[in-house]
Amino acid sequence: MEDKIIIRVGAKTLIPFIMVFALYVQFHGDYGPGGGFQAGVIFAAGFILYGLIFGVDMAKKVLPLSVAWLFGSAGVLIFAGVGVVTLLLGGDFLDYSVLAHDPEHGQHWGILLVELGVLTTVFGVMISIFYSFAGRRGLGT
Amino acid sequence: MLVLTALALLKLNNLFAVAMLAGIYSLLSAALFTVMDAVDVAFTEAAVGAGISTVLMLGCIALVGQTSKQPPKPAFLPLFVVFVTGGMLVYGTLDIPPYGDPDNPVHHHVADYYLEDSSHDIGIPNVVTSVLASYRGYDTMGETTVIFAAMVGVLLLLVQSPRRRGSYKDSSLKSSYHNSSDNHSMHSTSEDDSYPGDN
Repeated sequence: MEDKIIIRVGAKTLIPFIMVFALYVQFHGDYGPGGGFQAGVIFAAGFILYGLIFGVDMAKKVLPLSVAWLFGSAGVLIFAGVGVVTLLLGGDFLDYSVLAHDPEHGQHWGILLVELGVLTTVFGVMISIFYSFAGRRGLGT
Repeated sequence: MLVLTALALLKLNNLFAVAMLAGIYSLLSAALFTVMDAVDVAFTEAAVGAGISTVLMLGCIALVGQTSKQPPKPAFLPLFVVFVTGGMLVYGTLDIPPYGDPDNPVHHHVADYYLEDSSHDIGIPNVVTSVLASYRGYDTMGETTVIFAAMVGVLLLLVQSPRRRGSYKDSSLKSSYHNSSDNHSMHSTSEDDSYPGDN
């Protein structure tokens, strides 16, 4: 699809907005609809759009498969790590109130970190599944 | 609309059109969720169902070709089973309290506590987020792990290193040995991806 100029220019214009919107969904999840899962999927969708238009090989130059795996595993580690940290700080597992002096702030921090973990995992997983489907033959190459 | 799309999905033979219709089906259900005020679910449905899974299906179509085989003759036993199960499910709904009634038990189990106390427990206006990430943190962690497990499963099934394909014809006893060594080599080889016809 590399020779279709309208698609290329259109996608190049759209992708940054999709990614910024994903970040908005992520960090605005406390106030409006959205959260880590949705943000991760939207971020991955922006990246997959890039892979569709410019080919999986180009996409892999931007973000190699091994990095996507790293993301996918790191998210679970972040999530469980927050739980371990709360244990070490004397609370229950995943009880964020102990993360800061004020329980409410602790909850804020905990939710922020946990959603970050979800975002990372979902993004990495979606990207690596896309690679392993599309990289086999045909599509985008 | 949903029913029409589903029927068309069943009838069509062209897989490309089927993938597109499945995307449309997801988008329609997302609209339905929005109408029912479940914006978070609608969000997810639109992004995953209509977006990414359509792309994945297109990827599959690129591998398997565009038209499906002619389906075998309609089998009546499965149809009968489907109708009986559907009938039983509909019969089951007769006992359910009326839809949307604020006095339903589901609205008074823990929901009252979440709605009233989450703003000063957690201090976040969106109750959905505080339920998901804090009150039900274990569940969400389990979900994240499930997604991670899905990735591991897909990668184990789909990503093959050329070495393993070469040793395909070897005795199956050896393959268990290869498995352990492949895990290291996958990292380096899968980046310059392997095409089935390459070797």
